Amino acid sequence: MTVSTATTSPTPRLPAAALDVSSIRADFPILASMVNGKPLVYLDNAATTQKPRVVIEAVRRFLAEENANVHRGVHYLSERASIAFDAVRGQARAFLNAPAEHEVIFVRGTTEAINLVAQSYGRSVLRPGDEILLTTMEHHSNIVPWQLIAGQTGAVVRAVPITDAGDVDLEAYRGMLGPKTKIVGVVHISNALGTINPVAEMTRLAHDAGAIVLVDGAQAAPHLPIDVQALGCDFYACSGHKIFGPTGVGLLWGRTELLERMPPWQGGGDMIHTVSFAGTTFAPLPAKFEAGTPAIAEVIGLGAALGYLRQLDFASVQAYEHELLAHATEQVRAVPGIRLVGTARNKAGVLSFTLEGVHAHDLGTILDSEGVAVRAGHHCAQPVMERFGLQATARASFAFYNTFDEVDALVRGLHRAREVFA
Amino acid sequence: MSRDLDELYQSVILDHNKSPRNFHELPPPARHADGHNPLCGDRLTVWVDTDGDTVREVAFLGNGCAISKASASLMTAAVKGKSRAEAIALADEFQKLVTGRLEGAAERKALGKLQALGGVSEFPIRVKCASLAWHTLKAALANAPEPVSTE
Repeated sequence: MTVSTATTSPTPRLPAAALDVSSIRADFPILASMVNGKPLVYLDNAATTQKPRVVIEAVRRFLAEENANVHRGVHYLSERASIAFDAVRGQARAFLNAPAEHEVIFVRGTTEAINLVAQSYGRSVLRPGDEILLTTMEHHSNIVPWQLIAGQTGAVVRAVPITDAGDVDLEAYRGMLGPKTKIVGVVHISNALGTINPVAEMTRLAHDAGAIVLVDGAQAAPHLPIDVQALGCDFYACSGHKIFGPTGVGLLWGRTELLERMPPWQGGGDMIHTVSFAGTTFAPLPAKFEAGTPAIAEVIGLGAALGYLRQLDFASVQAYEHELLAHATEQVRAVPGIRLVGTARNKAGVLSFTLEGVHAHDLGTILDSEGVAVRAGHHCAQPVMERFGLQATARASFAFYNTFDEVDALVRGLHRAREVFA
Repeated sequence: MSRDLDELYQSVILDHNKSPRNFHELPPPARHADGHNPLCGDRLTVWVDTDGDTVREVAFLGNGCAISKASASLMTAAVKGKSRAEAIALADEFQKLVTGRLEGAAERKALGKLQALGGVSEFPIRVKCASLAWHTLKAALANAPEPVSTE
């Protein structure tokens, strides 16, 4: 094998920020696994993150020792479960820096959060000809719910173009905002490109035009400190499983005045005040939007994940991730035949690329044989692929537990793929 | 390279990926069908020109991974000259090969060059890549109006 990574100057191995990555890695049992006879190199964090032991243990302990339905029974277990469940809402409020706890709604994930806003807020305000402004780099989950409600209300979905580097074209955005714009939906960090969007500025412009703003924070939540008040947005959505918690639970934050005006989305238990066949009155926030038995164990697990994140020094995490991504970008770019997709100045967590002569899926399979897990495909962002004239890319996405050595394993895998397809 | 990967990316597959055979359209009255794998975005079109019950010519165009392209390319050569029923039977045998359900060595051998795709059975998520062309061929033979999807 003629692979040599020494041809590109290696970046210093010691990150300036003192993040103890090896002790962090020890918190995540799965990271010690072997895949295809090789140590697992998990670079698919934008799809889902791995879980620290405290999360796994919290879910196990809840199911083994505290399991009961919440907000119903008067018995011991139900009371314990309700207290534990409700406490997580407080943690989530702090995580988002939301003004009030009742503004945090537990949902199934980012997708459900956006569907909720589209179906409840969208349905009550949208009139024929109104416009929903999205960006070309949205994930399908921030496109399709709006298309559905547009179809039901006669509103129109428009997409703000993006530049070759993968930034939102802010000039075009300004020009597209207008009196017809009722809702702006924008992704905080693009899952396909890694671009960090200027959400605060975009929100200000949208508010000037009289539109409200929903931010899809699925990818931002693990990489940036989230502060909905500083962003100034009206809705913020994220998923528990992308912030080291379980699948099946996510957060929707919304402004009280909007949430109170919005009709319930789903009906059922827990979201009512009184029910009779003559009419039903609804529970106050947040219960109004939480029909049925929630994902209790998952919420408990999310609480453990938020607790885990809280004890990390997030400034060090960000500094480390920044250096890791810079190293990965430099190393991957140096492989002959590589085209990076998404080269915005402000990026986090994601390195998307194609390798000449090797389809992304073949690349994914070859990397997997080396123990390296990446995503290959359209990343549920087909308009992005179309924008760059691509069918698919390979995507390495990082978390704070990834190492510089793992980036090198990725690069070795890329050289191997070139050999196979030579 | 690990053994499995050797099995998957045999030289015949790499060759057909690089230089796909019958990689063009066929003029009418040849029929065609579109195939789509929504999971990965692979798309291809298969043309079939029949003479009575005989498949006179098959061609394809499209974008996809090495497995889907090589599978389509090998398919065009394999079904040429077969009767419609034989082509469909071959598609079924091929499906067994890539899902690891082919019984004996004789059946394996009957697949000829298509055996090169046997390694796919070790990679369950790649089975759809290999099957797409064959599903599309069946649709073209049946003159199905809707695009085929692997989902």
